[in-house]
Amino acid sequence: MSVAITIEALKKQAEEQKKEENKYGKIVTLCAGTGCSASGCLSVLASLRKELKNKKLTKKVKIRTTGCHGFCEQGPLMVIEPGNTFYCHIKPEDIPEIVSETLQNDKIVERLLYTDPASGKRISREKDIPFYKAQERVVLGQNKLVDPCDISDYIANGGYSALIKVLTSMKADEVIKEIKESGLRGRGGGGFSTGKKWEFCRRAEGASKYVICNADEGDPGAYMDRSVLEGNPHAIIEGMLIGAYAIGAEHGYIYVRNEYPLAVKHSKLAVQQAEEIGLLGKNVLGTDFSFDIKLARGGGAFVCGESTALMASLEGKVGEPRPKDIHTTEKGFMDLPTNLNNVETWANVPSIINKGASWFTAKGTAKSKGTKIFALTGKIRNTGLVEVPMGTSLRKIIYDIGGGSATGKRIKAVQTGGPSGGCLPEELFDLPVDFEALTEAGSMVGSGGMVVMDETTCMVDMAKYFLKFLVDESCGKCVPCRVGLSRMLEIIKDITEGRGTEEKLELLKDTAETVSIASLCALGKTAPNPVLSTIKYFRSEYDAHIKEKRCPAGVCRELIHYSIDKEKCKGCGACFKACPHGAIIKKEKTYKIDDAKCQKCGICKEACKFEAVVVK
Amino acid sequence: MSAKKLDIILSNRQKSSSELIEVMQDIQGVYNYLPEEALRGVSEKLEVPLIEVFRVANFYKAFTLKPRGKHLLTVCMGTACHVRGAPKFLDEVLGQLGVQPGETTKNGEFTVETVNCLGACALGPIVALDGKYYDHMSSGKLRVLIQKVREKPGKKRKRK
Repeated sequence: MSVAITIEALKKQAEEQKKEENKYGKIVTLCAGTGCSASGCLSVLASLRKELKNKKLTKKVKIRTTGCHGFCEQGPLMVIEPGNTFYCHIKPEDIPEIVSETLQNDKIVERLLYTDPASGKRISREKDIPFYKAQERVVLGQNKLVDPCDISDYIANGGYSALIKVLTSMKADEVIKEIKESGLRGRGGGGFSTGKKWEFCRRAEGASKYVICNADEGDPGAYMDRSVLEGNPHAIIEGMLIGAYAIGAEHGYIYVRNEYPLAVKHSKLAVQQAEEIGLLGKNVLGTDFSFDIKLARGGGAFVCGESTALMASLEGKVGEPRPKDIHTTEKGFMDLPTNLNNVETWANVPSIINKGASWFTAKGTAKSKGTKIFALTGKIRNTGLVEVPMGTSLRKIIYDIGGGSATGKRIKAVQTGGPSGGCLPEELFDLPVDFEALTEAGSMVGSGGMVVMDETTCMVDMAKYFLKFLVDESCGKCVPCRVGLSRMLEIIKDITEGRGTEEKLELLKDTAETVSIASLCALGKTAPNPVLSTIKYFRSEYDAHIKEKRCPAGVCRELIHYSIDKEKCKGCGACFKACPHGAIIKKEKTYKIDDAKCQKCGICKEACKFEAVVVK
Repeated sequence: MSAKKLDIILSNRQKSSSELIEVMQDIQGVYNYLPEEALRGVSEKLEVPLIEVFRVANFYKAFTLKPRGKHLLTVCMGTACHVRGAPKFLDEVLGQLGVQPGETTKNGEFTVETVNCLGACALGPIVALDGKYYDHMSSGKLRVLIQKVREKPGKKRKRK
């Protein structure tokens, strides 16, 4: 039978690829995700290639360029196997030493190792680094094993084996049952049961059905979907294939942000490669099942992360959501039954099928199973991507994995869930990270952004920041969101500019509640979260702005004043040169700020090496 | 815009509105903005009313109807960059180039835009110049970056 042959051929290819890899004495895995690319990994790669060629080592050492490893702060970084040696902040000029010492003589280059800030010790193995040690990298860990531009790498690492299992031994209902039992919930923010969604879509009637991967990760401060799609696009394709098989869908879309050029490139290439060997298209692997995937690039609208808006956008319309009284699983894209899941959700599917629902339910809490990836950013030492079992405490993520404050200043809050989420104070850091616990506290897991804030962040300013963002991104279809958010922004501007009153604050809360109840889609419904959570947990900061007309963090420009301390000023003129507004005047041997011109941007403070610029 | 280039972009496209955004992305990829005559051509070829084409072009942030300058400076305004001081970059840009986000310098050298998130949050604050990311920016580094570009006249804008 042709089925068996094709599937057998795929299995054989995996074995041969593995054998091929074993011929190499050493494998250098170089992270080439967006973060490391920005910090210069491509010139490191060029240098490594050249050096290996010069030393005639190309047949002994394999270079694997991969997607994001997660520890972006330390990039460019590489891992050398065997030995699990981890080098960070690598420069092209370090390459000859790495080659002659580590690759040729198994010696470690001490100065390139990671130094643990807590103990001050250098750590040679990747798995011993606290940042990685405390994580459980089920999805993200695969990035390191595959070159995203090479399908055979994915296949060699067991890729598409879940698809084979499904096609050869499982009925559609059994697949849905397995996913339902695993308790997998949507990783894009909604947290709805993936298995149930699939079941609804399977039951729905339509001439044809669609599955969509939502990679329109518009949440500022979150980039886990980008890294998974960039680093392991075939896992998403495999997940979508399994979903399509279970639902009975023939067509699929990956809707990806155009601001993510590498993710666009890698997913496009992955789809092409899968098509070439018959994993996508008519009669997948020779079976009766047919499925194709098209790529659609988003137009940079945050609201298009909402499922109905995304589908409107796919249809070539403006991205306006519609009421969801009829679910998209019944009438979605082109009014046909459509199942949409986000990148991370799809990426979890192959492992669940391979390892079983019970493997997945063994991790997490009662209602939130499995692991979740978070983007840990802001005022924290170890910024990067973190994957932990659901239910891990915020404290563990921020202090054990994140290494605490980067500057020594006290961490006072963490913002989770992006513009739909809220700011949680330090007192709540023992909360377990799961869908219910964070929602109860007035925030949400959301797609997984975690922005850490310290004393120099003003919480009123943060609320203003998110409101401004949401006003910009509101599609304008429904009145509560379009008008309500603008009124809220006006009030909060008043507060940050010294015109706030108690009454206005009450009005802000009332308006927030109305917007939350009456808005059409989740953008509006959750929009008040950043405002209400900061009022709830950081009331004293609002009071300082309203009653004392003071911004304790020294951020709100209308409430602060810049001056130069004559005693500390050495007259170097750095501030004078730096000020973009021409607001600094020379006065005898020192400098002075012209209040009429000063825009309070803080650039002079950044330029001054003597801490002579004072903010009050 | 030459009719030939538009034909290449429109070849293999169905007469369907669902191709609209993809086609616009391609046009903007070539021209850095959406020229009016191109949109008229798109409307005709895809059989989508011109008003709908313009509505879509206006709705999505990625599209611009005005030509951009030779260099595109994108300042990330994502949350992680915001808490690490990105707002002051707009002051720096205003001081150096005299333009606000969304504007182009009079000599057509720079267009300045903001973006909600570039997805490289760990390296924030981030600024992108012609698609290349510059990490851990400071106002001082931004000043040097702008000056460097100015010193290289005639260097063409690279596409990402």
